[in-house]
Amino acid sequence: MTSEHDHPHPHQPDLDDQPFEYHQVMAEAVGELLIEKGVISADDLRRTVELIDSKSPAEGARLVARAWCDGDFKTRVLADVNVAAAELGIDAGGIPIRAVENTAKVHNVICCTLCSCYPRLLLGLPPDWYKARAYRSRVVREPRAVLAEFGLVLPADVEVRVHDSTADLRYLVLPRRPDGSDALSEEELQALVTRDCMIGTAVPQVARG
Amino acid sequence: MAAERAALTPAWQPGQAVRVRASFPPGHVRTPFYVRGKQGVIEGVAGVFANPEELAYGRQGLPRSALYRVRFRQTELWPDYQGQPDDSTVVDLYEHWLAAEVADDD
Amino acid sequence: MASHEHQGRGHHDMGGLAAGPIQRAEHDPAPWEKRVDALLRLLSAPERRIMTVDELRRGIEALGPGAYDQMSYYQRWMASIANNLLEKGVITVDELGHKMAEVEARWQLNAQR
Repeated sequence: MTSEHDHPHPHQPDLDDQPFEYHQVMAEAVGELLIEKGVISADDLRRTVELIDSKSPAEGARLVARAWCDGDFKTRVLADVNVAAAELGIDAGGIPIRAVENTAKVHNVICCTLCSCYPRLLLGLPPDWYKARAYRSRVVREPRAVLAEFGLVLPADVEVRVHDSTADLRYLVLPRRPDGSDALSEEELQALVTRDCMIGTAVPQVARG
Repeated sequence: MAAERAALTPAWQPGQAVRVRASFPPGHVRTPFYVRGKQGVIEGVAGVFANPEELAYGRQGLPRSALYRVRFRQTELWPDYQGQPDDSTVVDLYEHWLAAEVADDD
Repeated sequence: MASHEHQGRGHHDMGGLAAGPIQRAEHDPAPWEKRVDALLRLLSAPERRIMTVDELRRGIEALGPGAYDQMSYYQRWMASIANNLLEKGVITVDELGHKMAEVEARWQLNAQR
């Protein structure tokens, strides 16, 4: 359908290189039908996409760094992430998020073996690998091997605790504040808290040198 | 709805041993295959929620169900587990999937 | 355990199965993927409650094992959302067919300009 054009035109890789993908067309069509029928408005759709774009791991990092610097705040994070996030002006949505704290004895890692549950209203959309078969299948069966693939080798005396988000909770790993970070400001600490630290497939590292 | 929520008292308390029902119905359930028939310990009560097995079919999710965080030893889930004996997995399970179990000696 | 237990395992229920290495390459969600995500959020919002995330999941599971592995994540979502809306009569098959043809024709035209 798109291979035979009778006149030249600027190359548009997203449009030219393949026929329009069926579900992509469906997404456009369903959205337009719902707007025409008044089920949703064009504004609703635009604002919701903007909301999706506004969420990122940086919000979780702010929460974690504050918890590292303020023990009372950490207590409130462990009691109720959604309420604690609101203190920082972060709307973490209506699905309860539970923080699981890494300690010297326990390392937590989160997954969803049945689909792709993830604290997306706090951290944004999950990475592809989190939703893919390999991670979902293996992390509950051989968590240490999976973590090692991410470069994280844990000592034998640390319990690995996997959290399978099967129901109405979402999980957030509260990582340990790394050694050597005493002199860092809260803002500098935020930069250490990557998305994977809050999934549990990484731990925060202080840059050396 | 509010009255029903207030009336539902979770049957299990943290620390109690439970066994997941070895049940294999067709249809939409949120109890992973790998924990069915396995013994775990109640880690905590997550709250009372609409039943996803009803919500999935366009109904109201009633009666609501208590939801528990249940911790399983990896060695219970996977008899040939290669990691450390204390390693564990926590799975969120609704009350109707849990049955009483005599606790292990340890 | 019951001998029929494996028949009761959904193909989406993959915890513990053997699988290859984690493929860590990532892609930023495309605009159409975010649109699909937004549609589900809007349809399941408390002020509408047209479909639940549970119905989304049931619809994805109903796509069957082949579709589950051959379709991308948001393709599965879109297929399930559309099926749910058709079942509920929010849209009809005929409306969707006409609208998809209209969208595709419009995009073809834009691509040729």
